[in-house]
Amino acid sequence: MSMDKEKGAKDVPIGLGLGLAMNEKAMKHYSEETGGGSMNQTKGAQSISFGERPYLMSSGSVVGKKESEGPLGNKFDIASDDDLFGEDTWEAAEGTMQKLACMLALKKAGEQAENVRYLFGGDLLRQGVATSMGVEELQIPMFGLFGACSTSGEALALASMTVAAGYGDRILAVTSSHFASAEKEFRFPLGYANQRPASSSWTVTGSGAFLVGNQKSSVCISGVTIGKIVDYGLKDSQNMGACMAPAACDTIIRNLEDFGRKESDYDRIITGDLGYVGQSILFDLVRKKGKDIKENHMDCGMMIFDQKTQNTNAGGSGCGCAASTLSAHILPKLISGEWKRVLFVPTGALMSTVSYNEGESVPGIAHAIVLEHC
Amino acid sequence: MDYINAFWVGGLVCALVQILLDRTKMMPGRVMVLLVVTGCILGFVHIFKPLQDFAGAGISVPLLGFGNTLWKGVKEAVDKEGFIGIFMGGFTASAVGISAALIFGYLASLVFEPKMKK
Repeated sequence: MSMDKEKGAKDVPIGLGLGLAMNEKAMKHYSEETGGGSMNQTKGAQSISFGERPYLMSSGSVVGKKESEGPLGNKFDIASDDDLFGEDTWEAAEGTMQKLACMLALKKAGEQAENVRYLFGGDLLRQGVATSMGVEELQIPMFGLFGACSTSGEALALASMTVAAGYGDRILAVTSSHFASAEKEFRFPLGYANQRPASSSWTVTGSGAFLVGNQKSSVCISGVTIGKIVDYGLKDSQNMGACMAPAACDTIIRNLEDFGRKESDYDRIITGDLGYVGQSILFDLVRKKGKDIKENHMDCGMMIFDQKTQNTNAGGSGCGCAASTLSAHILPKLISGEWKRVLFVPTGALMSTVSYNEGESVPGIAHAIVLEHC
Repeated sequence: MDYINAFWVGGLVCALVQILLDRTKMMPGRVMVLLVVTGCILGFVHIFKPLQDFAGAGISVPLLGFGNTLWKGVKEAVDKEGFIGIFMGGFTASAVGISAALIFGYLASLVFEPKMKK
């Protein structure tokens, strides 16, 4: 792509080319200074309403075998029968998923990695090592994030803010999780063969990558609401839905207030991985705030697996759960216009393996991304 | 009859522990430690021996036996060596079991590839 552009520029007489470029720049500068509202895009206490809306240009989803057997199985771009993705370790496999997802998103948009200005990425592992290993080959300047399972929201928020601010035309947001590496990190290595309590969720083996940019597509990010840490003092890391539900409630209510919207202004309010346990808690908490989202609420963790046949207890979880579901299931419905406006709220349980072993409670967080058909 | 007794006593121990796993927030590691400690205490109050005579492997296999081995080792070492035996006996008596677990675990990791849980 960049080659083509350079060629094109060379064909134009130099003086004319420069003049045009300067004019465009000057005009953009002018409109930014005078266009009311675009200078201050903050909204309410915690939200941003973008003056010039960044577009979600393309996305890619990669999942493992169990996810491919679930209700969304045939919607993912890549579903691998080999959960090691040709690697020797689960950690390297997770990195490979991120690389594949990024390459898919780039390919779908017809873009090259060198045209991507920055990459925002993260995963569940220590020091975000799956992201570092996975995106190394792409050679994109990158920011490593940790937002636990809310990382897809954090990365999308930062990517769209970067594009809206004019710091880059093409930004990648990527995240992943892997069942086996997450079990090793937060619970027990699979070789230990422990039993899983009924309130525990099943970490999704999957990755989702999103290319955010200023080139028009059918889905734009019209606003974001960044969440605060919400900690109700729950200490059970095997019941993360309950730990994250208060954070989801806080961010959803804040979003509705900041934008002055009713819950019915969204076709769907979709949380990341609250699961069956977390959803009922969320409904109760939201009702106490005088709102009711029972009608239009969905949860990626409840959609990605069939609880009855797949033995996944409370539902799917992990960074890859919300990211791959957004890419494979939610975005197509926004692109087709079946849904006009969706509030995507990935939720994260921010405990570390150390804090958890020291008996600390699990801090929760949720970020809300307003996605609109356009 | 030995087999039947081993079967139902062993099954009963496992069923009790399963209730702990399902109904409490105890992590698996803690439940295992509870079994080992219970085995020590059963040995100390002289209940383990008659139980083992009755149920055989049904009582010695589910970790209670490991606790009893620790207790027996410490007791014998204290009888022989005195105070220092408290620190010696447990490891001496359980050396075979622990080494076997480590060595066979390592050998298995050489032969088998990691697999996902279904």
